[in-house]
Amino acid sequence: MLLQSGFDVALGLGLLWVAWQALNSSDLFKAIVFFIAFGLLMALAWVRMDAPDIALAEAAIGAGVTGALLLGALARLRASNAGETTMGQAGNGQRRFMASRRLLWIPLLLMAAGLGYAVLSLPGYTPGLSAQVAANLGASGVSNPVTAVLLNFRGYDTLLELVVLLLALLGMWSMAGPAPPPSAEAAAVLDGLSRFLTPLVLLVAAYLLWVGTRAPGGAFQAGSLLGAAGVLLILAGWRANVASTALSLRLVLTAGPGVFVAVAAFSLLMSGQMLKYPPAYAGILILIIEIAATLSIGLTLAGLFLGGRPRGERKSP
Amino acid sequence: MTPTDWIAALLLGMGGVFFLAGTLGLLRFPDVYTRLHALTKADNVGLGLIVLGLSVQADSWVVVGKMLLIWALVLLAGASVAQLIARSVLRRGIRLWRQ
Repeated sequence: MLLQSGFDVALGLGLLWVAWQALNSSDLFKAIVFFIAFGLLMALAWVRMDAPDIALAEAAIGAGVTGALLLGALARLRASNAGETTMGQAGNGQRRFMASRRLLWIPLLLMAAGLGYAVLSLPGYTPGLSAQVAANLGASGVSNPVTAVLLNFRGYDTLLELVVLLLALLGMWSMAGPAPPPSAEAAAVLDGLSRFLTPLVLLVAAYLLWVGTRAPGGAFQAGSLLGAAGVLLILAGWRANVASTALSLRLVLTAGPGVFVAVAAFSLLMSGQMLKYPPAYAGILILIIEIAATLSIGLTLAGLFLGGRPRGERKSP
Repeated sequence: MTPTDWIAALLLGMGGVFFLAGTLGLLRFPDVYTRLHALTKADNVGLGLIVLGLSVQADSWVVVGKMLLIWALVLLAGASVAQLIARSVLRRGIRLWRQ
């Protein structure tokens, strides 16, 4: 008991310390490494709080994919800053930033006071909605309560999350131009590793997707694994031939939100209420949505890591 | 404590020593190559000993198999990543440490 609370306290203090290091370090690379460490420690904290679903998502998306995206962005930033000499401007901007930084304490303190008040005014114990979830689990079509909430009871939120991911990719395609070319000299070790790991990652992603209906797992975890496989392949220098797959690329990217919206429209017509599945079909509908969502999430995350429109597409009319 | 527990405790303790030594090397060694050397020893042997120690006490062979799989994946990732870091550092022209 003492050992466990000791571990929890050390974990909490470690989280605070790593978060502070990530925010306070002036070296961006260091800050990103601390951010990734923060995500991994946070995943451990979720495990300690008996929330393996969130732990999986945090480790895969929070630490893994976001970390890779940040590192990719940093590499682009350095490449685009290398040619410019902005020392004078930077010095001036730096001074202005330092001056405004002192004033930042006022809104920060106000926000901290507000948050503290909100936390302190919470009731000490609330049963939450878990009793209602447990009571309606039978009608949800799945036996994992987290999946039941995400894909059935609060399907709305998940649908919007998928749309947000798609919007992020559309924004990047519109703003960032073509993706940077693959690095000319990909390491042989990386090539071998990606060949070995990609099939394994596909297998684990399929398992997580399938097991999500009754145990921790599901579309977001499986999708982020697919995204990780994509990141590995992109790093190893592999590129899909997009000239011939432009249409299927877009179909897979929009499959998740598309199928979700189709199911929502279907349920609106059948039962007069959006995303209210008939209990007899709920299980199969959730599985169909999750398969489409997994593919979309995986491809969107890999596409985000690519850092721009895939090269080699013919100009669309 | 049964003999199994003693064996497990011994293996876990040895694994802990390897992790401690690896961390110490990471903090104290003079350059990136020697630090990688210390770190991979800790990851490979230390984790192996801890997996063995936990396997002795495991309830079923499925659990043992899962832990061995984790160890194998960490071996693969650790060795590859150490090589990639060393390669990229070497290409940037950072020399080996000499006394």
